[in-house]
Amino acid sequence: MVSKILANRANWVWPYAIVLLVFVVMPLVMIVYYSFQDAEGQWSLHNFHKFFLSTDSLNTLIYSIGIAMITTILCILLGYPAAYFMSKKEYGLPKVMAALFILPMWINVLLRTLATVALFDFAHLPLGEGALIFGMVYNFLPFMVYPIYNTMLKMDGSLIEAAQDLGASPRKVFTEVFFPLSMPGVYSGIVMVFMPTISTFALAELLTMNNVKLFGTLIQENINAGLLGYGAALSLIVLILIGLTSFFDSEE
Amino acid sequence: MDKSDYIIQVEHVTKRFDGGKVVLNDVSLNIKRGEFVTLLGPSGCGKTTLLRIIAGFTQPTEGKVLLSGKDITTLPPYQRPVNTVFQRYALFPHLNVYDNVAFGLKLQKVSEDEIDKRVMSALRIVGMNEYEERNVNALSGGQQQRVAIARAIVNRPQVLLLDEPLSALDHKLRVDMQLELKQMHRDLGITFIFVTHDQEEALSMSDTIVVMNDSVIQQIGTPTDIYNEPANPFVADFIGESNILNGIMKRDFVVNFMDKDFPCVDKGFEADAPIDVVIRPEDVVMHKDPKDGQWTGRVTSCIFKGIHYEMLVQTPDGYEIQVQDYTAYPAGTEVGMSVAPENLHVMPCQSLYNAIDATVIDATHVFMLGAAFETKLHTLPKGTHVKVAVDFDKVDLLDDPADGTAEGQIRNILYKGNHYFIDVKCSNGANIQVDTNDVWEDWDMIGISIKPEDIRIIN
Repeated sequence: MVSKILANRANWVWPYAIVLLVFVVMPLVMIVYYSFQDAEGQWSLHNFHKFFLSTDSLNTLIYSIGIAMITTILCILLGYPAAYFMSKKEYGLPKVMAALFILPMWINVLLRTLATVALFDFAHLPLGEGALIFGMVYNFLPFMVYPIYNTMLKMDGSLIEAAQDLGASPRKVFTEVFFPLSMPGVYSGIVMVFMPTISTFALAELLTMNNVKLFGTLIQENINAGLLGYGAALSLIVLILIGLTSFFDSEE
Repeated sequence: MDKSDYIIQVEHVTKRFDGGKVVLNDVSLNIKRGEFVTLLGPSGCGKTTLLRIIAGFTQPTEGKVLLSGKDITTLPPYQRPVNTVFQRYALFPHLNVYDNVAFGLKLQKVSEDEIDKRVMSALRIVGMNEYEERNVNALSGGQQQRVAIARAIVNRPQVLLLDEPLSALDHKLRVDMQLELKQMHRDLGITFIFVTHDQEEALSMSDTIVVMNDSVIQQIGTPTDIYNEPANPFVADFIGESNILNGIMKRDFVVNFMDKDFPCVDKGFEADAPIDVVIRPEDVVMHKDPKDGQWTGRVTSCIFKGIHYEMLVQTPDGYEIQVQDYTAYPAGTEVGMSVAPENLHVMPCQSLYNAIDATVIDATHVFMLGAAFETKLHTLPKGTHVKVAVDFDKVDLLDDPADGTAEGQIRNILYKGNHYFIDVKCSNGANIQVDTNDVWEDWDMIGISIKPEDIRIIN
């Protein structure tokens, strides 16, 4: 009987379908369900009202988006030149440098963040917003560098030559050909940095000693306090935001 | 010829890459204004490197390039009035057809109206004027090719460089484009420099062909000159099909090969001078009755090639001759063959034996070709630099490089009717030539052995 079930290939999908159902679909359904529940267990938009009327919550959201944007822009400003110099043979940087960029990823993010706190203590620098942005950029920089680096590596050299052949000076080659063609890498990088940054909270707690509240922290607080409905509504809002920004990528 | 008639002058250009590889060796070339010049040769001969040096993408290690008399050797490509059509088109994927073609004009800050006029005109010349809004990635190979050409000619360059632009197209399209390019050349009047390895393409399109091999120019001439009077065995073998045989010039107008005398139209050689004779397969006349020919043989293969039959004929003394004829002579037929005197092309022999630089090690050994060779007893002191002569047929080639005294690589194989004449590049960089009946392949790594009695110290 078992062997008959196993013989049909279509049945092999069931274990994975069950995992997906339990750990992905169910949680999403639960978030949506809870977000529409008020304190008495009735269906209502109470939670969403609360959010849009609460200046604190709205400020936190806007602040989180602001931090995410600053982090993303800093990552681009630092990451683009780094990717450029690593991808061009004539600067003589060994290929191992690209690998070195990803090495920190092998260390757990909490460990790294705690180490950053220790570093700031050691240098007598105050923790706070600055430390937060430093920690975010440090954590997410490789995610920006890598897609840009790969796009630049794969760029067709004959396009550069064609531009030169048609009269483009080195500056024009960059602005008219190289930069536009590196954009897909930059978009990839933005998507990989911006979305996660909105919802991080551990980094904020550690690097600002809980002084700065990001949106993720807000969600966590409410869930811990038992306000599941409100917490779920906030989560849903973030999910929708992330869903919207992912369109930014495919639009290219 | 007045210097001002030459638009491009290449003067003693050598290009050496890191690691010592010489890609161009003292190459000099003059190109007249408005000419259609083709650089023709096998892969690796240096033709593309030469084109890139003229375009400015790379600099020669030695030598100069002049444009209308002005030295442009170190001028970057964007300052040269020269445009290139790339082998893989190199169209900008983020721009449509119109913007691709307009790219160069926009950089020159030409007015919008002027740009529009010239872009549409260029697109019309290449037959792509309905396509200006199109995404270049959606075009076929032939269409991309035309856009690439339009993008180059719209800038009205003084010289148009084309790097094997037709090699990615299928045969029929290729032939059509050859005619179109030739027509464009006539209409535009600019100088075309065309690179290809396809000799038929070169023969059909060019005013002048520059045949190159192994970093050196082998011959420069019109298509008919190169075809009818190749300067050396390489050119004879590369251009068209040919039979190349060893022979002797008995006296004026009489050449001896395959142990027979033949009347020919060449003169001016020393009596009994060794020569090479070239006979094109289409010039061999077949006779049904063997007695009617100058020599006889038996057909070993007969292949239908559409326009003619291609046959191989084996003579009684062991020569294999390639023949083309409109009539089929099936394998096994005994035939007679003859060649008209004007179709026998005689070339002087480049050399009679290998002249190799060597250093004396001791009374019975010399160091040459990167190894110590045993010789007959001699009296020269250790360390003397000498020249050593070894006949072509006295060099033994071995399958396993480790079995030979020296090592080398097979670079060029020429069939001489009854044996092979092979160019070998030794591991120390020296070139030697070998006569052998063994069948080898280009790029084989081989061992080299020479018997002591065949090594002649000549100075």
